[in-house]
Amino acid sequence: MDLIIPTISQGLLWSLLAIGVYITFRVLDIADLTVEGSFPLGAAVAAACMLGGMNPVLAIFVAAFAGMLAGVVTGFLCTKLKIPALLAGILTMIALYSVNLHVMGKANLSLLQVDTVFTLYSIPDVTLGNMVLVIGAAVVVFTGVLCYWFFGTEIGASIRATGCNPHMIRANGINTDITVILGLLISNALVAVSGALVAQANGFADVGMGVGTIVIGLASVIIGEVLFGTRSFKNCLISVILGSIVYRAVIAVVLQMGMPPNDLKLFTAILVAAALSMPLCQAKLKKRKVAE
Amino acid sequence: MLNIENIKKTFNPGTITEKVALRGVSLHLKPGDFVTVIGGNGAGKSTLMNAIAGTFKVDAGKIVIDGKDITKLPEHKRAKYIGRVFQDPMMGTAANMQIEENLAIASRRGQFPTLRWSAPEAQRAYFREQLKPLNLGLEDRLESKVGLLSGGQRQALTLLMATMVEPKLLLLDEHTAALDPKTAAQVLELTNSIVNSRKLTTLMITHNMRDALSCGNRLIMLHEGRILIDVSGEEKKSLTIKDLLAMFEKAAGSELNSDALLLS
Repeated sequence: MDLIIPTISQGLLWSLLAIGVYITFRVLDIADLTVEGSFPLGAAVAAACMLGGMNPVLAIFVAAFAGMLAGVVTGFLCTKLKIPALLAGILTMIALYSVNLHVMGKANLSLLQVDTVFTLYSIPDVTLGNMVLVIGAAVVVFTGVLCYWFFGTEIGASIRATGCNPHMIRANGINTDITVILGLLISNALVAVSGALVAQANGFADVGMGVGTIVIGLASVIIGEVLFGTRSFKNCLISVILGSIVYRAVIAVVLQMGMPPNDLKLFTAILVAAALSMPLCQAKLKKRKVAE
Repeated sequence: MLNIENIKKTFNPGTITEKVALRGVSLHLKPGDFVTVIGGNGAGKSTLMNAIAGTFKVDAGKIVIDGKDITKLPEHKRAKYIGRVFQDPMMGTAANMQIEENLAIASRRGQFPTLRWSAPEAQRAYFREQLKPLNLGLEDRLESKVGLLSGGQRQALTLLMATMVEPKLLLLDEHTAALDPKTAAQVLELTNSIVNSRKLTTLMITHNMRDALSCGNRLIMLHEGRILIDVSGEEKKSLTIKDLLAMFEKAAGSELNSDALLLS
């Protein structure tokens, strides 16, 4: 029972990553691996700023800005230099590994000695664990509303149309290079904020904390879509956020049942592979039923 | 309205797959001209369209629309002047988006997008009024996703979108070829009514000789990257398929291998 609050809290903090992955994977139709680098980038930048004496809230904004830059680099590689999007993301991700080491000065920074957003504004009678839940929920709701508004505007609609049909949107006078770069910028800003929040909640930033984040993001997106639907953009956003929480719950349950933590990534990969192959399996099953 | 001067295009130059697609095409369209374009496979019809639309840059020559030289403009910047309907019904609309979202994007063709709400309530009445003449009942389905529509419905919608902001030039690239005969006839009828009522300068590629003769006020035939036949006005009105074939033989000095042209 005492696992419920931390599970939901972690799910909320990671849901910003899931929204970021949703924006590239579903909206732009690009599998963007930059997130594996921009997640620890957000953590590293926020940690370095906070250890340098910066306000933890401000540190999150600086982390978001760093994430934007990472997104722009990937966008530049895949639009202006015509490098396939998958490879462009991998290149940025690898480059960011070195960048993150430079930002932190070493492989790991502890944040236990400094104030975080969760300790800075303590409310009487509310524990630290509950603060993570409250602030996490506030940030996620704010981000969700902001995303819903933005992707409903003319610029946002152009980005959605770019992922759906680039020919159509170019024929209507939109420069698809710009919309792709913009989408990657927003996505990686959210991922970096997610990294910054997770680092503050967990009390450290680590250069290796990005490993597997793309798979976690995809798992959240797919779980959310399957369980909570994809009727509209608003519905998708809510699904993805809930998907992230459900993913954390699944992980908590399997760990409780005695699965070794080392097998976590293997488990997640199998989960995502199974979910991604589901449409094909369903179609085959249907065919067989019709044949009978 | 449209001035094309001696444009040339070679794909994959210097390689084994080199293909000279346009060998110097010049074409002048007066405002309100409705030109049908025919020619066999590989004659350069689609290449001509794509050259005008800016899908690629031409190797030589000049393209001017309404006094503005667009030869060097990228595709998205030409969209301000040009409305397009593609052969593939899937290409002209965004399937995952609602009908009204698609229309909203088309209603801003050539404008820079802003942070205003994309499909405001205030535009709905206008969209309904625009959709009504299509007689497809789409005016009651503004919030349906375009992916749910049939090919013919999507082509009609694309045609509406391409002409919503009045284009200086309308490009129709075999836009009825992928439809069944009945639907194709309906979309063609709609095309005629929109183009003729608003006197839009139009270039329409077709595989169907009968359509090429019955529509528009001018007909050109492309052959091996050149304009071979160009008839207009009264001469075009009285033209038959037989005349056209005879003209081709005389101009090209060979018999037209007409299967591709006649049957499809």
